[in-house]
Amino acid sequence: MVGAPYSGEVTTTESSSGVEELASVVIRFAGDSGDGMQLTGDRFTQESAVFGNDIATLPNFPAEIRAPQGTLPGVSSFQLHLADHDILTPGDTPDVLVAMNPAALKVNLGDLRRGGTIIVDTHDFTDRNLSKAGYASNPLEDGSLDDYVVHAIDLTGMTVASVEEFDLGRKDAARSKNMFALGLVSWMYGRETDTTAAFISARFAAAPDVRDANIAALTAGYNFGETTEAFGVRYEIGPAPMRTGTYRSITGNLALAYGIVASGVTSGLPVFLGSYPITPASDILHELSKHKRFGVTTFQAEDEIAGIGAALGASFGGALGFTTTSGPGVSLKSETIGLAVMLELPLVVVCVQRGGPSTGLPTKTEQADLLQAMFGRNGEAPVPIVAPQSPADCFDAALEAARIAVTYRTPVILLSDGYLANGSEPWLVPDVEALPAIEPRFATAPQNGDGPFQPYARDAATLARPWAVPGVAGLEHRIGGLEKADGSGDISYDPDNHDLMVRLRQEKVDRVAQDVGPTFVDDPDGDARVLVIGWGSSFGPIGAACRAVRASGISVAQAHLRHLNPFPADLGDVLQRYDRVLVPEMNLGQLRMLLRAKYLVDAVGHNRMRGLPLHVDELVEVITTLEKETR
Amino acid sequence: MTIELELTAKDFSSDQEVRWCPGCGDYAILKAVQGFLPDLGLRRENIVFISGIGCAARFPYYLDTYGMHSIHGRAPAIATGLATTRSDLSVWVVTGDGDALSIGGNHLIHAMRRNVNMTILLFNNRIYGLTKGQYSPTSEPGKVTKSTPMGSVDHPFNPVTLALGAEATFVARTVDSDRKHLTSVLSAAAAHRGTALVEILQNCPIFNDGAFDAVKKPDTKDDAIIPLVEGEPIRFGTDGRRGVVRDPEGGVRVVDVDDVGEDALLVHRVGLADPSTAFALSQLSGAGVLQQTPIGIFRQVDRPTYDDLAREQLETAGADTPDTKAALGALLAGHDTWTVA
Repeated sequence: MVGAPYSGEVTTTESSSGVEELASVVIRFAGDSGDGMQLTGDRFTQESAVFGNDIATLPNFPAEIRAPQGTLPGVSSFQLHLADHDILTPGDTPDVLVAMNPAALKVNLGDLRRGGTIIVDTHDFTDRNLSKAGYASNPLEDGSLDDYVVHAIDLTGMTVASVEEFDLGRKDAARSKNMFALGLVSWMYGRETDTTAAFISARFAAAPDVRDANIAALTAGYNFGETTEAFGVRYEIGPAPMRTGTYRSITGNLALAYGIVASGVTSGLPVFLGSYPITPASDILHELSKHKRFGVTTFQAEDEIAGIGAALGASFGGALGFTTTSGPGVSLKSETIGLAVMLELPLVVVCVQRGGPSTGLPTKTEQADLLQAMFGRNGEAPVPIVAPQSPADCFDAALEAARIAVTYRTPVILLSDGYLANGSEPWLVPDVEALPAIEPRFATAPQNGDGPFQPYARDAATLARPWAVPGVAGLEHRIGGLEKADGSGDISYDPDNHDLMVRLRQEKVDRVAQDVGPTFVDDPDGDARVLVIGWGSSFGPIGAACRAVRASGISVAQAHLRHLNPFPADLGDVLQRYDRVLVPEMNLGQLRMLLRAKYLVDAVGHNRMRGLPLHVDELVEVITTLEKETR
Repeated sequence: MTIELELTAKDFSSDQEVRWCPGCGDYAILKAVQGFLPDLGLRRENIVFISGIGCAARFPYYLDTYGMHSIHGRAPAIATGLATTRSDLSVWVVTGDGDALSIGGNHLIHAMRRNVNMTILLFNNRIYGLTKGQYSPTSEPGKVTKSTPMGSVDHPFNPVTLALGAEATFVARTVDSDRKHLTSVLSAAAAHRGTALVEILQNCPIFNDGAFDAVKKPDTKDDAIIPLVEGEPIRFGTDGRRGVVRDPEGGVRVVDVDDVGEDALLVHRVGLADPSTAFALSQLSGAGVLQQTPIGIFRQVDRPTYDDLAREQLETAGADTPDTKAALGALLAGHDTWTVA
């Protein structure tokens, strides 16, 4: 029985019809990396989203494409939190675990809520597979799962039986077991399988046998739930109240790619993406490659450096240049980012952060590239930095990065991360007409009539220099990495000029703050003594933790930074208003260091580098303890 | 189509003081380029020179076109982005042996294999000049420099061999001091659609003076220069006594014409699809101190360019259709939406 689920915010009502109403549930699908768990989770997400639940997801997979079958490192999982109310995280502890083999059970059991439900495919619980997973005895028989509600079912066997009529070998037949599992879970939670059937039809249109087998397995799984008495009860999670409008489910990487496409439309500029494949950013390259119709050129470069170099060359020519990468790629691009700072040309560098240093944890999340984004260049090379706070927010963050880049003629770094990239949530599809316009304002003539063109003369408000693209007669000019004379842009080694130019470049970036509104502080009680401040994907866990703390009767304020450089103009004042400032981060305290340095505030950190989102329960404890210290 | 613009070399000279060392071969190349640019029939504003780092990389500052003096080795990558997004521009890369073949080697070979529309002028002085005299990736083995006091132990790159190995569609070699030859080769390179690589043997009077004396001194140049002329037998030396024939062991070799007869000489063809013969010719230069070398166009073939193909894909996808906002709305909504009323 699925009892009191996640974070105690939920009531369970049992009705006489064998249907229990739940406020939310966290389900984790886990299997071998070849078992199709990502697809299964993705489809259940889609079914739940279309049903109207609020959703948050956490895919988790190994860096190896196909790690040895049945082993612990080969386990891939997809966690999904669905609710009848507004939720912020994929959940700390699953209520339900679907485990397709012994290794999946072994790896994920520790996370499962005690008393939670386990649906397990018994087919692979052979001596050989048990020993591969490190089990000395069969956990289905030795009593070690007594604290859980276990449904041990031969999912594979039933799948093979359900697809008998199709012309498939046994191995191929068994491959549909993920759809059988999905059908069963769909029945348990009253989800329609129509959209998944339509999805399968489209995806396997070219292979009718595979298509039909998958649909048959899906239906068989659903029917098994209905006919067997093993489950006894179904669960119902009603739709979540949401703002009116049209919604879809979207991952961070997809939203980011759409934001890039949209920035081309709202600026009227051709988009050029120079990129080199790297996990977890490659999906943005893949997605943008589909959208040539919007004037988007994608260039898969020979290396990270060429990716950004080509993007900068395209920007010089009047396109909107983007490069997408992860932390190791940013390291390689550093010199070119410095050149872009010197050239003062628009450029957006998207860093989808992953665990580091070096190759680190390619498929896991972290937010440890903030200081690299701030300082990872030679000389004084300030770069504006923006960060999205949720998967759907990646769309707005991309538009904001492009706006700053074009308005201030500067490279901008956008810091997403692996969790945002692959996680998904409902997205209120924006009205295209309402998207903010981006104004390129190309230079068309020298500033002083017939006088020589001044490529480094500046706009009074933004300090931006003219964007003068080749092809315009009378604006021929040379730019480069050597220091420029103020105004003329000629090479200058003059000491005072260099001092001035260093300050001007900094001042220009500082002025980005003039377009940024005041820091939004969520303090519903108005008397909080502790401020929790974060950035990036930790918004969800921090927000959920603050809600839980408030539910226990303790006031706490939350602020979350979209702009990491420059900070909002009022941030120093905001920080001073609280007795204690807590900065939870998936790093050793990078934002905390910046806040302490700039505002002399004695901020404390909560820092975890586990390759996973911060745990809400841990955060609740940290906030509560800190709050008690203020009394 | 050539446009009569009545521009002169002066129109292409910027107001910046030229600051190479006295006697540097770069002066001659700059003069030649300023001299022939007006003949290309291109508008000044449609020409872009992009360079990396090194002595040669100062080149763009001295031309009154659009220009970018970028970072070490990256000019071909930057030029690729520019050429791909701007079909209306004539894009030039100015680079040196260190810039192009050491730190930027990767970008160079990939630009050439993609065949992006750009003309690459590789000033080869076989030394690092701007950093004051270290051996370069084209220096002869045993080169004694500040960083190799006992002589370098590296085998050098032959830029033409490398370009042919990367299947560049236009590959040529010329000499800084031969303005006529330089101009003719650069004009052909400028007219080529795709990546054109021109190695220019360029003397550094400070750190590697005399590296190319064999091809410059009146008493040796006839025997040192092997002129490559389309459709002509490859023949050189005083009174054309020497020539090039196919070597039955593979490759080509230099012979006395009297020994083999005129008809046995290899006739130069720049348009062969197979780069093998051009490759073999490039090997006549040897790796050591320059004694003899072919000069001229090694290869000149047609192959679709990266940037043309990329632009074609945009067109095929309908990038010029006007209802972009409506299409964006449809894209953002996708297929699986639900509505909250």
